Amino acid sequence: MGTTDSRLGQLRGSLPARNHNARTVAALAANPGCARRGVMDAAGIDKTALATRLGHPVQYGQSPFAIVRGHAFEAQVKADGGAQLRALLHEALGVPESAVAEGAYEELGGEIPEPETEPGAETEPGAEAEPGADPETEPTAAAREPKRLGREQRVTLTRRALHRVLDEARSDTCAILDHPLLPLDVAGTRAYLEPDAMACLVAGRLHVVEIKSFSVLDGGADPGKLASAARQAAVYVLALQDLAADLGFGRDVVSTDVVLVCARDFSNQPTAALLDIRKELAVTRRRLTRLARIDDLLADLPAGLTFDPVDAEDQGDAGPAAVRQAVGSVPAAYVPDCLSACELAYFCRSEARACEGGHGSGGLVGTLGTGIRGVLGGIDDIGRALDLADGACAPAHGEEEIARVLRRAAALRREVLEAAR
Amino acid sequence: MSAVAALGRLRAAATGYAQPAATVRHRHLSDRPVVFVPYAMSGEAFAPLAALVGDDPAAPHLLIVPQPRDRDRRFGHVADLAAVLLPYLTEWLAKTETIERKNDDPYERAVDAPQIVVPSPAGIEYVRLLGRSTRFRRTDGEYAVDPDVPLLGRWCTYLAERARTPGSSLLLAMTDLLARTWATGQSDLENGELAALLGWIDPDPGRTGAETAREAEGAAPAGPATDPKFDERLAPMIAAYDHAQRADDPRAGARAEERIRDALGGELMPTWHRMWRGLELLRELPVGASVAGRWEIDRMSYSLFSADLAKPDSRPQPRTPGAVAAAQQLVRRETAQARLEAEQLRDDPLLMAEARLAGQAFRGDIVAVEADRMVTEPGKKQARPRPLLVLRTSDEPLMTLDTELECVERPKAKAKLVAVAESAQGGTLDVRLELTGGMGRGKTPEEGSVPETGELLTWTTAAPGFRGGPKWPEPEETPWTHGGPPDPDGGRPEGAAEDDDDPGAEEPWS
Repeated sequence: MGTTDSRLGQLRGSLPARNHNARTVAALAANPGCARRGVMDAAGIDKTALATRLGHPVQYGQSPFAIVRGHAFEAQVKADGGAQLRALLHEALGVPESAVAEGAYEELGGEIPEPETEPGAETEPGAEAEPGADPETEPTAAAREPKRLGREQRVTLTRRALHRVLDEARSDTCAILDHPLLPLDVAGTRAYLEPDAMACLVAGRLHVVEIKSFSVLDGGADPGKLASAARQAAVYVLALQDLAADLGFGRDVVSTDVVLVCARDFSNQPTAALLDIRKELAVTRRRLTRLARIDDLLADLPAGLTFDPVDAEDQGDAGPAAVRQAVGSVPAAYVPDCLSACELAYFCRSEARACEGGHGSGGLVGTLGTGIRGVLGGIDDIGRALDLADGACAPAHGEEEIARVLRRAAALRREVLEAAR
Repeated sequence: MSAVAALGRLRAAATGYAQPAATVRHRHLSDRPVVFVPYAMSGEAFAPLAALVGDDPAAPHLLIVPQPRDRDRRFGHVADLAAVLLPYLTEWLAKTETIERKNDDPYERAVDAPQIVVPSPAGIEYVRLLGRSTRFRRTDGEYAVDPDVPLLGRWCTYLAERARTPGSSLLLAMTDLLARTWATGQSDLENGELAALLGWIDPDPGRTGAETAREAEGAAPAGPATDPKFDERLAPMIAAYDHAQRADDPRAGARAEERIRDALGGELMPTWHRMWRGLELLRELPVGASVAGRWEIDRMSYSLFSADLAKPDSRPQPRTPGAVAAAQQLVRRETAQARLEAEQLRDDPLLMAEARLAGQAFRGDIVAVEADRMVTEPGKKQARPRPLLVLRTSDEPLMTLDTELECVERPKAKAKLVAVAESAQGGTLDVRLELTGGMGRGKTPEEGSVPETGELLTWTTAAPGFRGGPKWPEPEETPWTHGGPPDPDGGRPEGAAEDDDDPGAEEPWS
């Protein structure tokens, strides 16, 4: 069977590698039951490339207007050693101005983000999940950009900086760590998280700062964007807590109150608010622990499975059919929410819609949404649910009640629609 | 969701064609609605990019903003929009009727009202933001805007607020209307995009709805959010426009603007056609019996708002309503919701089927009537007519005894549940009802007020009454639990004029 690493390498074949980031970890929490996604993410497979091979190219991207706006807003907040940011921290955390006025500003990214050299590097305009243009993607090969520090080097830099800052923690300084790279253990593999945010040490406690360019209008923000920001921030807080514990400090040195910096009303003036992410943190931690260990997922897969059959068979293009078969051998748990969170969603949807259990077409009930599944009491094949409703098949043990409801519902529908005709 | 509705969606998924989710249209449709399809620039809080607007399917107005980050162009766009919308929004005030009111002066109610249809709920949110970003604008001083701009802002604020009242039809979202009427074989999330939703309902010739919907997923979005791929095409055009402006080259500027206009028009036109096609399909349905009554309330609301707007001391709606106003609004919406649910249920047998499945209603033939039964109720001196009915149904009512009931076919009749027993005929139930109202005031029931044997009737639990809410304190008497009276020195008493954010902070990008 080989080691976990070699099996994951085999699965990947020559497909480009990608790694977890805060958004994919947050998304794992959204659909933890999906083995397909778990395996893909653990193997670091570039799902965008895979989706194209499968004939379901990802249809979303990121608007250049949003990228420009995101850059400009973030740069503005961070300008002059974080001058605006310090004022916002004072306002949001309710600490005296003197407590945030002084302190080091450490750039840990290894390079200053320049849109020309690395498009989308630090952008997070709004919080729409747009996996197609993930700004936190690591370059496929660090070697391609020799000036850029390797990930492990950056983690070491972050560790050192964090150690120094926590050691020297004083109540009257506010150290800002820009672009820290945080390691996080996800399903047995190491993910690297790069907050577009920062870690700020204020009054001896570390706060994660998230800069989002969506607007807070009359004190309220879009709940979807806010929830997404909170989920991502929770992943950073978790990683930062782990790192602090690893360095010998208490986990509670990292605050669970995240400072969210947004644009105010219709202006580009920043405003800050505290976001309590304890709930999201607990959910993320629980899901990560529960997330089946990758070895268990791999054990169920056929030996020699690869998502890159071209490489495996060494006979030219193996065609999308072979790739489809390989991907299809890993069970998925498609729900409509996947469409905004996973690059493979359109493939999984067409697969779920085409799924037939010997009761005619329709596919899986889950394709219609999660709400309808509750009504059908565990029957997940559309054709079978309709056969039960039409009395065309006998209910299995335990299905008698739901079958009766469906038959009555079908009779009522028929009665009403025939009368309306 | 009910199993009745769920079956519609399952059947749609299995057949590839949309199925009925309603048998009547539950919203008023104007004979001459205005369709409004706006696009906003991505990443900005509110920056109009383009709009198709108008009441003539063959001749939309295409309004564009070649540089949405330019403040002057932005408000210029709103002024252009106002030139189209304000005449339409106010022309209905010319024909009114005088309506008497209890405990209040009579008022003039417009006999018809405007109606604006946008593609999706995001379009309604766009209207709200349009209102919020313009209604406080000054018409004099350094950052003066056209007087029509804040006026349209107040109208938009009104319309977007009104759209939150359940059942109102002044501002409607097409995807809501369609999804309320047809069940598709895709999720609510996917139904949110007009092209795919309409694909299920109105397939291309020779294709199933499912196929048409899948192909439509690559289509230009109905907005206000744009397709990022389209933005990539648009960005260099806007850059060319900016370049021409900087170089002070009006000819190049006009050329660039024309290219932007063509691109946006091409992107928006398919949605424009889908909007009118959707209206056409919805008009084919019979209208619900209670729709006219709800439209009357819309007409009242519209007339009262217009009258308030015309007053010299009228002020823009506040950013956030005060405690008393918010509580009133909440009660109004809750009442409207309860009324809407009760009315739709009675208008639409398919919705009633859900209630019947849930045991909240039943339908069947009257098999026995004891018409001359008289009962002296406790505490009363006189015996009153209380006819007994026996109704045979295959439904399974789940109601406690003495539940008060109303009848769909005989809206005046009132009854209460007396007993439910298995009938002589297998698989059905005999429901005994006592008729308690709708028979007139006499000693014997009015002619024809008692149902007869053989009548097919539907009974459902009585809807709650729609009486006025509790008495509200004046804003000056807001209790401390709700923040206390508004502070007159705080500068923001309820409904008062407010200065907007420092306008200097408004224009970072130009």
